[in-house]
Amino acid sequence: MLSYTLKRILQAIPTLWVVITLSFFLMHLAPGGPFDGERQLPPEIEANLMASYGLDKPVWEQYFTYMGNLLQGDLGPSFKYKDFSVTELVAQGFPVSLELGLWAISLALLIGIPLGVIAALKRNSSVDYMVMGTALAGVAIPNFVIAPMLALVFGVFLAWLPVGGWNDGHWKNLVLPVVALSIQQIAYIARMMRASMIEVLGSHFIRTARAKGLSESEVIFRHALRPAMLPVISYLGPAIAGIITGSVVIEQIFGIPGIGRYFVQAALNRDYTLVMGTVVFYGGLIVLFNLIVDLLYSALDPQIRYDNE
Amino acid sequence: MQSSRTLAIPMALALTVGITAPLQADTLRIAIMGEPASLDPHKISGTWENDVVGDLFEGLVTEAADGTRIPGVAESWEISDDGTVYTFTLRDDAKWSDGKPVTANDFVFAFQRILTPATAADYAYLLYPIKNAADVYGGEADVSTLGVEALDTKTLQVTLERSTPYFLDQLSHYTAYPVPSHVVETYGNEWSRPINMVSNGAFQLQEWQSQTRITATRNPYFHDADNVALDEVVYFPIEERNTALNRFRAGEIHIARDFPTHQYDWLMDNLPEAVQVAPYLGIYYYAFNARDGHATADPRVREALSLAVRRDVITDQILGTGEQPAYSFVPPSVNHYSAPTASFTELSQEERLQRAHELLQEAGYGPDNPLELMLRYNTSEDHRKVAIAIAAMWKPLGVEVDLYNAEVAVHYSDIRQGDFDVARAGWIGDYNDAQNFLSLLESDVSNNYGAYSSPEFDTLMNEAANTQDMDARAELMAEAEAIALEDSATLPIYYYVSRNLVSPDLVGWESTIEDIHRSRWIRFDH
Repeated sequence: MLSYTLKRILQAIPTLWVVITLSFFLMHLAPGGPFDGERQLPPEIEANLMASYGLDKPVWEQYFTYMGNLLQGDLGPSFKYKDFSVTELVAQGFPVSLELGLWAISLALLIGIPLGVIAALKRNSSVDYMVMGTALAGVAIPNFVIAPMLALVFGVFLAWLPVGGWNDGHWKNLVLPVVALSIQQIAYIARMMRASMIEVLGSHFIRTARAKGLSESEVIFRHALRPAMLPVISYLGPAIAGIITGSVVIEQIFGIPGIGRYFVQAALNRDYTLVMGTVVFYGGLIVLFNLIVDLLYSALDPQIRYDNE
Repeated sequence: MQSSRTLAIPMALALTVGITAPLQADTLRIAIMGEPASLDPHKISGTWENDVVGDLFEGLVTEAADGTRIPGVAESWEISDDGTVYTFTLRDDAKWSDGKPVTANDFVFAFQRILTPATAADYAYLLYPIKNAADVYGGEADVSTLGVEALDTKTLQVTLERSTPYFLDQLSHYTAYPVPSHVVETYGNEWSRPINMVSNGAFQLQEWQSQTRITATRNPYFHDADNVALDEVVYFPIEERNTALNRFRAGEIHIARDFPTHQYDWLMDNLPEAVQVAPYLGIYYYAFNARDGHATADPRVREALSLAVRRDVITDQILGTGEQPAYSFVPPSVNHYSAPTASFTELSQEERLQRAHELLQEAGYGPDNPLELMLRYNTSEDHRKVAIAIAAMWKPLGVEVDLYNAEVAVHYSDIRQGDFDVARAGWIGDYNDAQNFLSLLESDVSNNYGAYSSPEFDTLMNEAANTQDMDARAELMAEAEAIALEDSATLPIYYYVSRNLVSPDLVGWESTIEDIHRSRWIRFDH
């Protein structure tokens, strides 16, 4: 297991390098620069700005400078948020997105898995139709619709919860964004869980278990649940990486200081260093979570073993 | 939200005096429309930074509640007869928030710093009226040659390249704020962080949680601190207008510096006392590409296109937030100027269309040879609606329009390269003077997107720049603008309005043309 883990980490390095390199050059290929805006700067001002960020040098030279700094852990200064370095922005925003994301994904698992299991067990009953119908609606309604509705109903009309803001992670400020963020996940997980549960329940080893005379709850909890979780687990890797790096929509609507907004804003602002910072960070997280998922697989499925490879 | 410290004082007061004072009366909460790029006055160029930085710092001249300019750090000044030398006497009680005096040297330090190439200040060009400023910024002259000098600790002399009537106004802008030399020299670029920052305005910075809030408290060393009613101001950067509106409705904020235009009717029905819409120093226009090879290089084509656009339909039916139809390039409310209007305003709509048809025919366009145009706009729901409406208004003339939209950086990079026939643009005045708008139409100016060029226009503008008498100067500029309008240099569409939501519990908020509102004038009505 350890050697497998090490091997995977080593394999991740060239993957990340390709991602970073591609992003770097694609970003510089995109039309428009960080100082293009409604107010065009006089040439000498633009020249000074370009020089101060090293943008006056050839792109390949900028690339090597960037990679050199990156290896030393320096992500550079943000072009847009001039009082902060990219590392600081990520370090400030990530804990917020992480907290929000972990709550949302926990809520999604807590509700989504039982819903999926119930729907599978009561297949084609009214319960199943109700659960799956709700899940379909959850997938179909985008969160930029759900989030303002929640804010309006619970924040403005009922005035139970704050409409927005982070307030250092106070639970009241967490409720609405966590719910808004988890609704789609609940829907996905419930649908996925239902499908895989149905498949597992129809397989030979379940028939064997039943033939042995095990009780239904033993069949489900001891034999069916674990294999049925596998698709959900493999979905969770990228999903967690995605959800804990923040949602631009949820963060904007609830005014939450996470890093989700940077993914879109940095690109629109042509804030090159911040774009690269988010790519490096997100890329690293994806690699990490895919690895964790693969390790979890072996824990859940006895047919998968990495030691002998 | 309310910190316990600010609650403690009024609560103690209420208990001892035996009255029930409103608990939240001393903290003003403002939704500003974006995260500040910085709180260093030399490193910003936006409007929302101004909301914060303008409360933290004060220039030689500052803004009153109604936007007029009043003495700030300078208590008086003298201007030489030729209008090029300004001598300021600083007030004795001007102090930094650490108690140290604000000196003439702090201003010299600040002007030199913002114009030093290494500072890479993107707004430094506003100070180009100062002698040698452009050369210093361009690296062609040493910073010591800049026309700013401390005659003694409380006397500052500023020498200009030439008489600049709007210079005093400009001194209230954040590019002209002093910075504390003793702090900047100690901390370098880190000086503007909350733990280091020292400022000279009505409020001092306490905390900045990026993307969350900025907190400032009353600066006890401010010269007018006795008349500052608020104990604390908290600025929440909220880009999403709907979120700001919801938080305003929930009572979480007292002022929202913008609101979603599509909610205007609802707001007028439900919160009319909170809605503040006022003329704003800005013009929304379309640039015509006057470069060779573009149909719009022909003034007849430009005039025809301008004639066919019904501005009132756009302002009333598409926007509907009180915007005014524009028939001049300089907004009507600009100081000391009365803008000429396009001559066709006297014609009826039918006559305008008739004339437009004739002009296009003269220019060689008709059913057999339809005019084809590429119209570019930057991505936004409102820009899209306006572009579609204008394309529809041109359709009866047989004009075929291809609409292209791109995000803002790409849009401006494209039109800068001249890759358009008609392009959406806008200009918000840097300062309240017609010159700031009209200079966009001078030949070879970087923001002259359409490359309009008229020697007569340039001559008049140059004459105006060398004229000290304000009336004569205004007349020259009006003449210049009349030429640009005659040439249909651009297609002015509407004048901007500022939109704010202001809690009825507040006193001291006044609408201003520049949409500048300093918190020192605001208090709670209780």
